[in-house]
Amino acid sequence: MWSRAVADQQLSVRLRQAGPIPLDVDFTCDPRDVLALFGPSGSGKTTILRTIAGLYRPAEASVRSGGASWVDTERGTFVPPHRRSVGFVFQEYALFPHLTAAGNVMTALGHRPRDERQARAMALLAMVHLSERAVRRPHELSGGERQRVALARALARDPAVLLLDEPFAAVDRAVRRRLQDEIDELRRTLQMPLVLVTHDFEDVVRLATHVLVIERGKAVASGPVTALMSRPDLPWLGDAFGLGAVFDATVTRTLVDRGLVELSFDGGTLLAADRAPVLGAHVRVRVPAREIILATRQPEALSLHNILPGTVSAIHADAGSDHAIVQVAVGRLLLLAQVTRDAIVRLQLVVGMPVYALIKSVSIDVLAVRSNAG
Amino acid sequence: MDWTALSVSLWLGAGTVAILLPFGIWGGRLLAVRDFRGKLLVEALVTVPLVLPPTVLGFYLLVMFGARSPLGQAFQQVMGQSLPFSFEGLLLASAIANIPFVVQPIQRGFESIPADIRDAAACCGLTPWQRLVHIEIPLAWPGILTAAILTFAHTLGEFGVVLMVGGNLPGETRTLSVAIYDRMQAFDDRSAGVMAATLLVISVVTLMTTTVLSRRVVARRG
Repeated sequence: MWSRAVADQQLSVRLRQAGPIPLDVDFTCDPRDVLALFGPSGSGKTTILRTIAGLYRPAEASVRSGGASWVDTERGTFVPPHRRSVGFVFQEYALFPHLTAAGNVMTALGHRPRDERQARAMALLAMVHLSERAVRRPHELSGGERQRVALARALARDPAVLLLDEPFAAVDRAVRRRLQDEIDELRRTLQMPLVLVTHDFEDVVRLATHVLVIERGKAVASGPVTALMSRPDLPWLGDAFGLGAVFDATVTRTLVDRGLVELSFDGGTLLAADRAPVLGAHVRVRVPAREIILATRQPEALSLHNILPGTVSAIHADAGSDHAIVQVAVGRLLLLAQVTRDAIVRLQLVVGMPVYALIKSVSIDVLAVRSNAG
Repeated sequence: MDWTALSVSLWLGAGTVAILLPFGIWGGRLLAVRDFRGKLLVEALVTVPLVLPPTVLGFYLLVMFGARSPLGQAFQQVMGQSLPFSFEGLLLASAIANIPFVVQPIQRGFESIPADIRDAAACCGLTPWQRLVHIEIPLAWPGILTAAILTFAHTLGEFGVVLMVGGNLPGETRTLSVAIYDRMQAFDDRSAGVMAATLLVISVVTLMTTTVLSRRVVARRG
């Protein structure tokens, strides 16, 4: 059903405009990747999304999806939104209030034969766990349910690109977690690039594979989420969420009686106090920078579970701050530790020096369970 | 009771609605969703018939329809009859006089549709025409319904314009409201009373219908 070759489904976007909304970005997104456009409100993130869909036309734009050119201002091509293969989940969902959940989904099935539409709409609603709500109108649905209808409607077009504008802004925390897991699952079943707009860094850390940090329409940092989160020179990235390395690991042992799980990463293992993940699960893990203690000799007789030997790979100290951020390489994993400038002087820390990173098992956040690699 | 006059009135009302609705949907939507140069002027012109005394409006329409105007001459050539003092002329005058009653509610109806909904319809793959038919008109329906009923009711009651442009020809341009005036002039208070009561009943029933229909729409959407 989702039979498009992965290679020719890449989304590539290049936008430039001085005003009224300044834009200056250039990025690509591969199928199965989740690219988060992250930035404060008013930074132009939504405008970028609307341009991809064809709802906004900046001065200079080039948007290509796979082999198709959707807009190219140089050559004067513009494909109107209804002829672009995009699925768009709007911030306020924008469901059609006069149609049922099934009717909303069927509206986006115009490209399928008439007699297939009903069954296809029901299949999509089943996919987002809304089969029982098919004949309800939007006002009879909860926020989370509306969000799911919007998602099913966006997927109904069999889109080449899925666009999500602040998809979790209007739902509460519990619903948010569940939706994030569902979208993560969809991402792995559907082979299409997914672009997500958010101002909440937690969304980025939980869901995205790549991130483009946007300020006033301009990309100020970009790359895989895990790489960006272990850079010591971007402390503001964690401002909202807390600085700390984020990486993917596999559950290699579950110690149920001790309430611990063993997580294996590229270069070692960690014990985390978490009962939830099952053996073999792929998880995304975050180690807050302020929870790491550095030692130059291996300490003994501690309650601590994790004493990881590593090497100082970078030290970043902002002028005017009493804190410094030390990047420690443990195998191929890069951890970030926030310490005082005083500690750096006392331990005489320099790049290349061997250190031990001490981490309490309760300090390790198992953020999202991903049953598949990603 | 002048049944011919009642029939002329009802035909005039229905005809005016039929002519104006497509135009109102086109114009009302344009004013609701587009920003263009001179929009303020267009909005003002559309509203003019509302504030102009009917006799003034009737006077200008009469001039516009007259044998010396290009419109009057063209109609005379094509149809072989003159516009003033004919049902066709009356219908055209009535349509012009009712423009504000049809455009404004429809404009409000389209304005009430959030921009996101229109964008979502486009992203669902609907062509502009499909968007209009399947999404926008159903959502602007309360406004469209109000426009139709206001226009119908207002046409039944129109007096000044009818008298100026149509005169008082039985079976052709004598509407119920003109017939009432006619009967009063002849001191036939009884006939005038019956016809006035008829118009009152029709008006009340139409307005009640609007309320019921729009309530049903609201109940369906919550």
